Amino acid sequence: MGIARWFHQLASPPYLFRLAGRLAPWLGISALALLAVGTYGGLVLAPPDYLQGEGFRIIYVHVPSAYIGLMAYVVMAAAAACGFIWRIKLAHAVAASAAPVGASFTFLALVTGAVWGKPMWGTYWQWADARLVSELVLFFLYLGYILLRSSFDDRDKGDRVSAVLAVVGVVNVPIIHFSVEWWSTLHQGPTIARLDAPSITLDMLAPLLIMIAAYTLCFAWLVIRRLQAEILERERGTRWVERLAMEGPA
Amino acid sequence: MNTFTSLFARDLKLAARRWSEFSTPLIFFLIVASLFPFALSPDAATLRTVGTGVLWISALLSSLLALDGLFRTDVDDGSMEQLLLSPASLSLLVFAKISAHWVVSGLPLLLLAPLVALSFYLPPAAVPTLVLALLLATPTLSALAAVGAALTVTLRAGGGLIGLLVLPLTSPVLIFGTRATDLAIHGEPAAGALYLLGALAAFCLSLAPLAASAAIRVNLE
Repeated sequence: MGIARWFHQLASPPYLFRLAGRLAPWLGISALALLAVGTYGGLVLAPPDYLQGEGFRIIYVHVPSAYIGLMAYVVMAAAAACGFIWRIKLAHAVAASAAPVGASFTFLALVTGAVWGKPMWGTYWQWADARLVSELVLFFLYLGYILLRSSFDDRDKGDRVSAVLAVVGVVNVPIIHFSVEWWSTLHQGPTIARLDAPSITLDMLAPLLIMIAAYTLCFAWLVIRRLQAEILERERGTRWVERLAMEGPA
Repeated sequence: MNTFTSLFARDLKLAARRWSEFSTPLIFFLIVASLFPFALSPDAATLRTVGTGVLWISALLSSLLALDGLFRTDVDDGSMEQLLLSPASLSLLVFAKISAHWVVSGLPLLLLAPLVALSFYLPPAAVPTLVLALLLATPTLSALAAVGAALTVTLRAGGGLIGLLVLPLTSPVLIFGTRATDLAIHGEPAAGALYLLGALAAFCLSLAPLAASAAIRVNLE
């Protein structure tokens, strides 16, 4: 009973807005704290890699952002599917807020991958690297989703049509990923010194795990902040938003 | 099933009467392919190495070109609303439209592709595999592009957006299609890549009509 009621309350914009407002500072503070710990651990405590030297440290940014890029797409598609199936408008608002954040993290993963590639491969972009290439395709999927959503004047319709695209995309992401991987194993040139990752030591792994947790919290924080803005924009003209605008947040 | 055949026949009849609309992608395919030698080099060795890619990219682009009108003409003249009202499931009707579209624009591509392949000095022995790969790949492309067309059916500037939405999704088709062709060119068995193309076709043809019909329904709400 209690859970069911709470679930129904989540579909109420003012309730969700206030809940998001209460959660946001906690998420923000814990994200920043973990980021600081992880950065210290990654840049100072972790030993340099015996093959890649100090250059490997970029994984503390690259791996978490690549992971968030992928996870955000799943979150976005799940939210969009919930919105589509049960006609929950706020679920569409969540999908709309997650998309640009996910796209940004994917972009960050691409940029850090390129920066890492320069000293390791001698080139910023390496088509033979399956993970980078499928990350790029993921970025294109995000762009398509954001563009499709924004081309509808009618927000409701844009929500629901782009939800279909998000679900089609999430079904295709694994297919694309594995086919790209298959493709790159065929074309792997001899120039790339593939650095297979043997068992990573704990003092290298711990900061990475902390960074992944920090990025996850950071993602949640950013999405929740965007969600608040999204709710206000969607609910503009309603009583509670007008009252909020007059009185300021309680 | 009766609904399927009647809609299928109707689309074919319409295509036969507006054949210029449907021959455009084929001519586009020929033109794009014949522009590559200008951009690269007329040298036979170069053309032979890039031929597979040229062929597949041209086929991909031309299969997207005609899709803008797939549902839009029906929406504009109101027949889509009649289809929505019909007791048959919309997915089946969408599947009929995809099939008709493939017969009109995909099949002729299979006939033209050997011509382009030979002009790019691909070995004639590889042509049957190429045609088979295209036979398996073009339905997937039609199905994916139909999803794109359905998503953008009420948008004024839909055409460009379709490519943006659909092209990333077609990368597996491109990977397996070019792989099958390359294997055949080197005289190796291409069955593995062809099976994967077939699997993709089965997967996309069974799910894309569902997604496309959902998108059409929302668009026309």
